[in-house]
Amino acid sequence: MKQPEDWQAGGFALYLHWPFCKAKCPYCDFNSHVRTRIDQQDWQSAYLAELDRAAAETGGRILRSVFFGGGTPSLMDPSLVGAVLDRISRHWRFENDIEITLEANPTSVEADRFRGYRAAGVNRLSLGLQALNDDDLRRLGRQHSAAEALAALDLARSTFDRVSADLIYARQDQTLAAWEYELCSLLDRGPDHLSLYQLTIEDGTAFGALARAGKLRGLPDEDLAVAMYEMTGEICEGAGLSAYEVSNYAVEGSESRHNLVYWRMGDYVGIGPGAHGRLTLGQTRYATSTHRNPEVWLRAVRDTGSGETPREVLLPAAQADEYLMMSLRLSEGTRISRYRALSGSDLNAGALEAALDGGLLQQDGDHLRTTEAGRLLLNRLVLELSA
Amino acid sequence: MTDLSLIRNFSIVAHIDHGKSTLADRLIQSTGTVADRDMKAQLLDSMDIERERGITIKANTVRIDYPARDGKTYVLNLIDTPGHVDFAYEVSRSMRAVEGSLLVVDASQGVEAQTLANVYQALDAGHEIVPVLNKIDLPAADPDRVKANIEDVIGLDASDAIPISAKTGLGIPDVLEAIVTRLPAPKGDRDAPLKAMLVDSWYDPYLGVVVMIRVMDGVIRKGDQIKMMQTGARYGIDRLAVLTPKMTDIAELGPGEIGVFTASIKQVRDTRVGDTITHERKPCAEALPGFKPAQPVVFCGLFPVDAADFESLRDAIEKLALNDASFSYEMETSAALGFGFRCGFLGLLHLEVVRERLEREFDLDLITTAPSVVYHLHMKDGSVIDLHNPADMPDVTYIDHIEEPRIKATIMVPDEYLGDILKLCQDRRGIQLNLTYAGNRAMVEYDLPLNEVVFDFYDRLKSVTKGYASFDYHLTGYREDNLVKMSILVNAEPVDALSMLVHRDRAEARGRMMCEKLKELIPRHMFQIPIQAAIGAKVIARETISAMRKDVTAKCYGGDATRKRKLLDKQKEGKKRMRQFGKVEIPQTAFISALKMDG
Repeated sequence: MKQPEDWQAGGFALYLHWPFCKAKCPYCDFNSHVRTRIDQQDWQSAYLAELDRAAAETGGRILRSVFFGGGTPSLMDPSLVGAVLDRISRHWRFENDIEITLEANPTSVEADRFRGYRAAGVNRLSLGLQALNDDDLRRLGRQHSAAEALAALDLARSTFDRVSADLIYARQDQTLAAWEYELCSLLDRGPDHLSLYQLTIEDGTAFGALARAGKLRGLPDEDLAVAMYEMTGEICEGAGLSAYEVSNYAVEGSESRHNLVYWRMGDYVGIGPGAHGRLTLGQTRYATSTHRNPEVWLRAVRDTGSGETPREVLLPAAQADEYLMMSLRLSEGTRISRYRALSGSDLNAGALEAALDGGLLQQDGDHLRTTEAGRLLLNRLVLELSA
Repeated sequence: MTDLSLIRNFSIVAHIDHGKSTLADRLIQSTGTVADRDMKAQLLDSMDIERERGITIKANTVRIDYPARDGKTYVLNLIDTPGHVDFAYEVSRSMRAVEGSLLVVDASQGVEAQTLANVYQALDAGHEIVPVLNKIDLPAADPDRVKANIEDVIGLDASDAIPISAKTGLGIPDVLEAIVTRLPAPKGDRDAPLKAMLVDSWYDPYLGVVVMIRVMDGVIRKGDQIKMMQTGARYGIDRLAVLTPKMTDIAELGPGEIGVFTASIKQVRDTRVGDTITHERKPCAEALPGFKPAQPVVFCGLFPVDAADFESLRDAIEKLALNDASFSYEMETSAALGFGFRCGFLGLLHLEVVRERLEREFDLDLITTAPSVVYHLHMKDGSVIDLHNPADMPDVTYIDHIEEPRIKATIMVPDEYLGDILKLCQDRRGIQLNLTYAGNRAMVEYDLPLNEVVFDFYDRLKSVTKGYASFDYHLTGYREDNLVKMSILVNAEPVDALSMLVHRDRAEARGRMMCEKLKELIPRHMFQIPIQAAIGAKVIARETISAMRKDVTAKCYGGDATRKRKLLDKQKEGKKRMRQFGKVEIPQTAFISALKMDG
């Protein structure tokens, strides 16, 4: 029997990037752009052409997940989503329980389209609530109110089999008690999947510029941020959602299959401006990427038949680094044997021993997992273990 | 062969920035020795570092033909000497090769400490001295005040000092004329056996070792078989030349003349400055007095930032040493820094110059450890050990007492800064010897321990006086004091590169300062790190670096993997610039920054 390729330990998924938003949020460093007019027909043709091109390389594979991310994919016409999913289904076989997720904003306009997405084949909605109080929503540059957010959540849950909600915490001037209240009011509605991110100040964002100028005040200090993270885990655990990843909490069985493909280092196709992919072709694993600018990408697809920028070959060391970096985020952790097979060498023994002794890591046979304290120091651990 | 009466040999004594090199350039240029188009600013300072920093490190020489107002053409030999205290020995031997000096003083600033030391050397060598007031064109120039200053401070008649501007060329003909009329011609006997002084030597990659000589008696010719009287080495002269300033071959050199030769000498170490050169067959009866070889007084470790560069460092050091006999080195191993060299220097500037040359000319990144002086350890068994490196200190129970080198420092400073200077010297365990005034400038002399000066005394001096103080020193000898070895422990591990000898009374303060600095310099780790200063087993200062609690990326999905991996690669690069110490990583820059002491 043929030895399975490494990526098969993670599965195969497809990511499609919609690069437009109504407005740019001050914290967001994703590839999103604001345009007054978007010709959805042009975009449909380009996406379909790119799907055809991707299928030529990976056509035989079985697809575990499709993810419409952005930007704000809930600005896509449901007919565009339908055409894309139709083309995908012609190129790849689906796993029986394929997950098809679309990211949505909870404004009333977008909520009106939920049924259309459902009809087009979307079976999971990821709703960007971000906060549940109006002051903070405004500071985060969001276009919706807390009331709209909760209404959209209710509508989504009655429309889709599976719904996830995003919140951002460790916001400016947020207290531990205020966050507890907000999180509990969300959990009261009985979600089975939450993505709860601590606010990160990124370069190239409005917040980043403010922070650089020393004008972003009221961010929590390290002790408060740690306390918030620890409390978040406890509250979610109490509500039956476990932290299966650094910032993701789910009732068992409701984990995001799509994101698990990333964290388990499967293969994924990236379609659309700025989308990244990982493809194992023959014996070589590639990192793929595309033009980030929407118009440049569109023109490249139309004129050259490809939106891709040159591929990077991932050498064994880089693959091993990515595997460690991604898998150690998960509660299931890293398989030491898989790391060794990829890198051809062992994890740094001294660092491993120190982290085990220091209560930052736990080893269970072939599995390496972070403890709660270790998870908070993950970047540092990955650096030590892989150096 | 030039008639003795038509030769004038001279040097220029000046403080840094007072215009010595510019004046030298002007003299060369105005006599047409170098074509205008070949004129490079500060012609004699040939090393990059010399030209950039405006200092002279090695003695340089140039021969100038000057048609004087009396209708005769004179040969003027200028030996350009270093101005810095570290190179005082170069100055002293250069002075012995000439009969007179131009004393150049900035007409707006007056005499500085280094000038003073060099003038005294010139007077010791029996020189006739012509004072020259430079920068006379500047609005701030005050020639009368500065003349009075020269008379007060040096005790030299400055009434006929020549006012010039080396920059504009004003007064240059008067200087040339004064060299001929006011400086004495050399003496010597052409028919006596050859007696020449070895003034300097340097390594040239094409010619090998070039030896600069001053002929006292007799004549030296190409092809002659010569003997170095001190070393006993014998050589045949391959090439004989004068420097104009490029090497111009000459058939012979007679008494009073200065020139260079090559003789298949492999390294500078084979020549001894001050040695007497004579003919093998017909030697002179008596050698010249000679000089004491210069002894390194400041030591420090030089380590490559990248351990893989050790061999390149060895090559570079060996090459530099070819040309600098005053610089010593031996291999050293440090637990913190790996393989490197313990190097000895004439002073801090010498250290800095060598370090800079290694980095610049050989493209090396270096870590320099704390400069240390040479301590004399008097052991209980009666033996005496020279300690160059605090890390090598033997167990204190075997030591009877420790002596440290002391210096006599001369500082000249405008009186408004005097208070700061006195405080600085007092803080550095100084003993005031003398305090005098000349106009509004004070001159103070202090007896100071050299180890208090090697850290950053000069930097502090410059900063408390906004650059208006000048400083000079010479070693006076060794004295016993209450010295202890202070170790620095990071996470309970001693860091050898940071240990130092300090005075017992200063140990707490210095230990505290060191711990505080390291607390800032060592990044947080995943665990808490104690930093301690200790004498033996006794902890005298302590700081703690708290543990890092959170460093995790909130969002990391498929689109983030590439960017995060590249960030990881960058962090790994950064890690390479850290030195592993037990479980703790210390950035290399921390070693350098921690050792820069202030206060």
